[in-house]
Amino acid sequence: MVPSKFAYHKPTTIKDAIALLTAHGDDSKILSGGHSLVPVLKLRLNDPEHLIDVSGIESMGGIRDNEKSITIGANCTHSEIANNAALKEHAPMIALAASMIGDIQVRNFGTIGGSIAHADPAADWPAVLLAADANVIITSVDGNRTVDVDQFFKGLFMTAVGEEEIITAVSIPKTAFNKNSTYVKFPQPASRFALVGCAAAVANSDGYVTEARVAFSGVSATPFRDGNVEKSLKGNVLNEGSIATATASVADGVSVMSDHFAAENYRKHMAGVYARKALSALS
Amino acid sequence: MSYIGSSVKRVEDKRFITGQGRYTDDIVLPQMTYACMVRSPHAHAEIVSVDISHAEKMDGVVKIFTGKDTDAAGIGGVPCGWQVDFKNGDTMKEPPHPLLVSDKARHAGDAVAMVIAETYAQAKDAAEMVMVEYNVLPAVTNAKAARADGAPQVHADVPNNLAFDWELGNPRAEVDAAIAGAHHVTTLEFINQRVICNAIEPRSAIGHFDTAYDKYTLYTSTQNPHLIRLLLCAFVLGLPEHKVRVVGPDVGGGFGSKIFHYTEEALVIWGSNQIKRPIKWTAERRESFMTDAAGRDHITTAKMAFDKDGNVLALTADTFANMGAYLSTFAPAVPTYLHGTLLQGLYTTPLINVSVDAVFTNTTAVDAYRGAGRPEATYLLERLMDTAALEMGRDPAELRLQNFIEPFDGVEQEGYMTQVALQYDSGNYAPVLKRGLEMVGYEQFRADQKAAEGSGKLLGIGFSTYIEACGIAPSAVVGALGARAGLFESAQVQVHPTGKVSVYSGSHSHGQGHETTFAQVVADKMGVPIEDVEIIHGDSDAVAFGMGTYGSRSLAVGGSAIVKSIEKVLEKGAKIAAHLLEASVDDLDYAEGKWTVRGTDKSVAFGDVSLTAYVPHNYPEGLEPGLDFSSFYDPANFTYPFGCHICIVEIDKETGAVKIKRFIAVDDVGNVINPMIVDGQIHGGLAQGIGQAFCEGAIYDESGQLINGTYMDYVMPRADDLPSFEVDRTVTPCPHNPLGVKGAGEAGCIGSTPAVVNAVMDALKGYGIHDVEMPITSQKVWNIIHRS
Repeated sequence: MVPSKFAYHKPTTIKDAIALLTAHGDDSKILSGGHSLVPVLKLRLNDPEHLIDVSGIESMGGIRDNEKSITIGANCTHSEIANNAALKEHAPMIALAASMIGDIQVRNFGTIGGSIAHADPAADWPAVLLAADANVIITSVDGNRTVDVDQFFKGLFMTAVGEEEIITAVSIPKTAFNKNSTYVKFPQPASRFALVGCAAAVANSDGYVTEARVAFSGVSATPFRDGNVEKSLKGNVLNEGSIATATASVADGVSVMSDHFAAENYRKHMAGVYARKALSALS
Repeated sequence: MSYIGSSVKRVEDKRFITGQGRYTDDIVLPQMTYACMVRSPHAHAEIVSVDISHAEKMDGVVKIFTGKDTDAAGIGGVPCGWQVDFKNGDTMKEPPHPLLVSDKARHAGDAVAMVIAETYAQAKDAAEMVMVEYNVLPAVTNAKAARADGAPQVHADVPNNLAFDWELGNPRAEVDAAIAGAHHVTTLEFINQRVICNAIEPRSAIGHFDTAYDKYTLYTSTQNPHLIRLLLCAFVLGLPEHKVRVVGPDVGGGFGSKIFHYTEEALVIWGSNQIKRPIKWTAERRESFMTDAAGRDHITTAKMAFDKDGNVLALTADTFANMGAYLSTFAPAVPTYLHGTLLQGLYTTPLINVSVDAVFTNTTAVDAYRGAGRPEATYLLERLMDTAALEMGRDPAELRLQNFIEPFDGVEQEGYMTQVALQYDSGNYAPVLKRGLEMVGYEQFRADQKAAEGSGKLLGIGFSTYIEACGIAPSAVVGALGARAGLFESAQVQVHPTGKVSVYSGSHSHGQGHETTFAQVVADKMGVPIEDVEIIHGDSDAVAFGMGTYGSRSLAVGGSAIVKSIEKVLEKGAKIAAHLLEASVDDLDYAEGKWTVRGTDKSVAFGDVSLTAYVPHNYPEGLEPGLDFSSFYDPANFTYPFGCHICIVEIDKETGAVKIKRFIAVDDVGNVINPMIVDGQIHGGLAQGIGQAFCEGAIYDESGQLINGTYMDYVMPRADDLPSFEVDRTVTPCPHNPLGVKGAGEAGCIGSTPAVVNAVMDALKGYGIHDVEMPITSQKVWNIIHRS
């Protein structure tokens, strides 16, 4: 399993990386941790002529604890995220999801930026970032733009990132719902990606739900939030009864994926089961 | 000093754990080139044309061979090593298995060309530029479907894809009549699905033709160096055997898949003489999935008949066995003499008839995979036994105990003659089941199971009491059954002047720990420290001959050959010692590394005797110098390990998820040399057998593509899928080999699979089903629960 021949570039600034991207356009790919891209290259499903390794760009690393948000550099590994104290405190589902990705070796190499750029619908990040109301910071020659995560995942392996743009960071707001959040996963037994991954974040006031965000990976080709579940919970006490009502028909109207591990009906059923697991953990 | 019976730490682990193992792919020879195979992406397709004109001009390309080249060289292909005849006496259909196909591809992965370049990356790039025009044909992957009229024909001269049909046992009419008149008949139709071996080290081969000596060396990831040499020389390439050296260096797991002689081995050897440079080929993981011989793949209908008291009266089994596109080295033996002959099991069944259709399909060849035929036989019997118990309202443990063969030790009592051609060596079956019941706390479990009723969980228990035929095998017996080779083993024990010992064994360790276990035997029998013993294997220039490692044969057959050589060493040593002690041989005792004149304190140490043997100044008259003996050991019979496996599962009704709560294995593998290594073999086998039940299985689509041919899709069992195994043993020594050992390599994999499925079936007994198809996924279980 060896990739086709490619030229390897290792810029140290975002500016240089964008210049390389502009110069090589379609023939290039961004490399960070390599845990999405390298398998694709080894299977020769893609054969870019230029690899632009952004892992040496310092400004794309690190986790910053700001007043109202936490900024995760795109180059942060899943391990760094899983072990970050600020995230554990303010958005536990983010750290939890990171800790459930692959195995130790994968978590030590794979990055959040690389994973969401690849946009595998069964990856763990889409569900938790959707539930967290995250922002994705995308950089180009024109500077930074911020994309609401609801507008980021466009379909199977498709995102809002343009051809000459780089994901440089992900921002998680410090909200009441993120503080009370969790992630559960029914793993595909071979890859341990999510057959169903459910992230839930719930804000309460005086015991009543003021805001609920419930999102799914693995269920549909495009990760999604389930508005029906969220609406149903709002204004109620989060308990067995309200959870059962809210999750009675999860993924309604969504085009549910099917494979030999989980056909459509089973996957849909399991989305409900895992929504109940996630919400129960927060009740 | 007693090494036998103690858990000596494995001497080989130092190099494996520290990353210093030396595998075929680690070997780099001067001037070496690299090969990449061009493989058919289609399961069944005529080859219209192969155009290498672009590819051969690419950077680094040394040479490209196609099927036309191997055809022109008159190479017929790799042979099959076991002949099974049709029921009517005709010889099995044995179509050629070409090194490179020139007419048509018969499975996805069939090699069309070999591209050789200066680097592997260059070979791979050029392989992509070999333009092959295919005329795609309909494919068939299912053995039953392949037998139907109008099914795609894998080989033009094999009508209805039938390689051979075969039967064994009592006359069918007699067995059918007994079934027809029986009080109760349990019938099961099931699939024992295809599994892929998945050795952690992919296959690899280096062919080196040395022009200075006109000598070939093949380094290959094999379980079987000498047999590869024999097949390569005598059947494939017609090379002089003394001019061919085959080396199987460290091998990273085989599980059967590295027993066989593969086309790539012959290609790199032949090619290296064509280009006068060494050629290395190492499979990519995807190639391993597509080209390593797979295991199992049986479609079976079986019936077991009982009288009103629950005594087994008769058994029939009809199987479609998938052979794949070609007959691999031992493939015909697996569904026949390694499967049908085991259908007596542990039971006194008086009438048995087994019938097999061995069928070609557009899939990778199927051959021996850990257990080879015996797991399929055990699955068949043990699924029937638990199902019959459920149907008759009997306890599955009691039903087994009632039908067990009475104990026999093979010494005072004769071996047990089965209805299916074997004579068991020694057996005492009730104790393994009773010990298992005791360990599991059977009564308590049944109470817990009842208590769980009405909750969200279902509990189930499954049994499997198995027997296997190991220590393969008495040459004359297997010869009569169609083997084209003997199955003895050889060993040389070479004592150095300083008293250190080198042992050359024809067995081949690829994870089993021979370097430790064999050294324990040698150290104990010779009375020398274990550090003074080195076990050498895997090189046909070092080891005189060998039949390799498979069929749990190494200790029972290879170890026995070592013991024979040790006896010769000690007999000669005694003569030298007697001379040095000025005593009679008859007056000497040998213990703890020295010969002592009985009743005196006069003694001479082993090291002094060995030095004398090589510096024979003061030496017995007429005795040859040296202390070095070889032996060949051909076993008198197979060995017959047996055991009881019990599985407890818990099913989550809401998700269908099955969790193995406990797994108990009580195995009887005869005498045990190293308990830790035996436990390790059992544990590994259990994981593999449980893996088949729960997660593994090749899935082909309509066009014959393997759709789960990567680790992203093919599910291997992992540590966190498994409970901590509870293992124990009984010991019933083998009466016919000097160590009394029976073999432990396959037991775990043979016994465990049906125990798991039976446990799931027990948990689901309220749901009106007769079978659940392996692998048992959460989805399948949920569908069963929610359909009803």
